[in-house]
Amino acid sequence: MTLPEGWELVVGMEVHTELLTKSKLFCGCENHFGSEPNTNICPICLGLPGSLPVLNKDAVELAMRIGMALNCTIAPSTFHRKNYFYPDQSKDYQISQYDLPINSNGFLNLPDGSQVTIERAHMEEDTGKSTHLGGSGRLAGADRSLVDYNRCGVPLVEIVSGPDIRSSEQARAYAAELRGILIATGASDGRLEEGSMRFDANVSVRKTGDPLGTRCEIKNLNSLRSLQRAIDYEAARQVELILEGGTVRQETRHWDEGLGETSTLRVKEDAEDYRYFREPDLTELVPDQPWQDRVRAALPPMPAARRAKLLERIPGATKAQEDAVAVVIDLDLEGYVNAAADAGAEIAIAVSRAANELAAGIDTLSNLTTDAFTQTVLMEAKGELSATQSKVVLGELLANGGDPKKIAAEKGFEQMSSDSLGATIDDIISKNPDEWQRYKDGDDKLSQFFVGQAMKQTQGKANGKAVIAELQLRK
Amino acid sequence: MSSPLSRDDVAKVAKLARLRLTEEELTTFTGQLSGVLEHANDMNSLDLSALEPTSNPFGLTNVTREDVIWKSLDREAVLAEAPDAQDGRFAVPRILGEAP
Ligand SMILES: [Zn+2]
Repeated sequence: MTLPEGWELVVGMEVHTELLTKSKLFCGCENHFGSEPNTNICPICLGLPGSLPVLNKDAVELAMRIGMALNCTIAPSTFHRKNYFYPDQSKDYQISQYDLPINSNGFLNLPDGSQVTIERAHMEEDTGKSTHLGGSGRLAGADRSLVDYNRCGVPLVEIVSGPDIRSSEQARAYAAELRGILIATGASDGRLEEGSMRFDANVSVRKTGDPLGTRCEIKNLNSLRSLQRAIDYEAARQVELILEGGTVRQETRHWDEGLGETSTLRVKEDAEDYRYFREPDLTELVPDQPWQDRVRAALPPMPAARRAKLLERIPGATKAQEDAVAVVIDLDLEGYVNAAADAGAEIAIAVSRAANELAAGIDTLSNLTTDAFTQTVLMEAKGELSATQSKVVLGELLANGGDPKKIAAEKGFEQMSSDSLGATIDDIISKNPDEWQRYKDGDDKLSQFFVGQAMKQTQGKANGKAVIAELQLRK
Repeated sequence: MSSPLSRDDVAKVAKLARLRLTEEELTTFTGQLSGVLEHANDMNSLDLSALEPTSNPFGLTNVTREDVIWKSLDREAVLAEAPDAQDGRFAVPRILGEAP
């Protein structure tokens, strides 16, 4: 979407990601999505009097991985209590890093060559989940709410970008690239639909060259598509408001995916007063150089490096092939592609089959061995299978596993010898003398009749072009 | 020196902490809290420029635990202590406004 001439969109992103630890940030309750409500709770995550939090070492290391992947400075950090009263946490404060975050001053390079600064990536604990009863199931109009504290205390890292993003497409690309990085670090499963990764967008507009405008924070962005649509909607709303003589009010807005609109959730009347103070039960976190070095040494390669490495094998790759490579990396399929290419198959075919057929069958990928994929792509590359047949074989392998050569044979995909095809054609001609005579007399349309008959008799094994060649031999 | 804390300050802090104070209590606590702050202010007369700020007296850093799961509380026992529960969850009165 484009704003009217002379206007500029400014977006900063706040991304929360839950960390893939076994236990919670400050206690040993299981960090698990989908448990029965309130079965993973204890005195610490409920904030019962006298309980003492102790920091999860793996959570710290995953947070450091995120910082390293985002080119941040890793510094000594502390934890604060953010005090507020709301039923999503029962101890009336959330433990969060405040003025001294573990990661700061980083950047993220996007595939289009642009760069987004990362102001900070700090640790904090997640809050519980409320279900609103009565009304529409949303907060407004609910009679009462039910709270599940399983998520309370689950480790989070919040990644705050600078206000560097200038279009909804760039915001989407940032979110997608960040998601890929978080998954690659092993810190996150990146599951937007389960809320383990959540986006908030700070959106403002200004006349090009003006100081930053008043921003609105958009919440409830549960997919990359929602993120992009919500930013487009919000930018247009703000420009229209200003052009009509109004002013943008600083507020939190809710994105409604069904309506395709944002609406006011909460107006920030006063600066919120969370009475932050140092969490007295936690000590300073000071990752020394040897600890940082150990974490860095275990950091797997990031998506950008993996894409570049795979693209090196496809000189002169087209834009479509670059996109296919991005899908292959995103879905962790380069093992298949490299195996097929190493065995001598054309890598363009391997990338295409991985980005399409394997991507479509990703849920049952465990049925497909790299060896079976390699054999299938090799058969296609040698012309033993047509593209269509190769896709069918891969579909069968993904559904039930097996041996590609056997599947091809069972489906009748092996090539017919010209002798047996010739015998089939002779048989068809003898059974259809009238059609044969008309064909011989020059009615070329009847070639399709004979191809159809040949397909029928061979259960689709016959090659149409070969059938026509045989017919012409007999004319 | 004048009181470092006004009645309005105390009223604001009480509001943030969800404490309902009478006018009389407000007067009492403004005096008492001012006394505490004045005592802390006495330390400003000392030259502490050579000292690092301290947030805990132990000088400990990097106190962490291994990422190991422990047994959580029994849900029914916990919910039995709650003022109200439903469907395995804590039931709370109608919530006004969104989470911060
Ligand atoms: Zn717990």
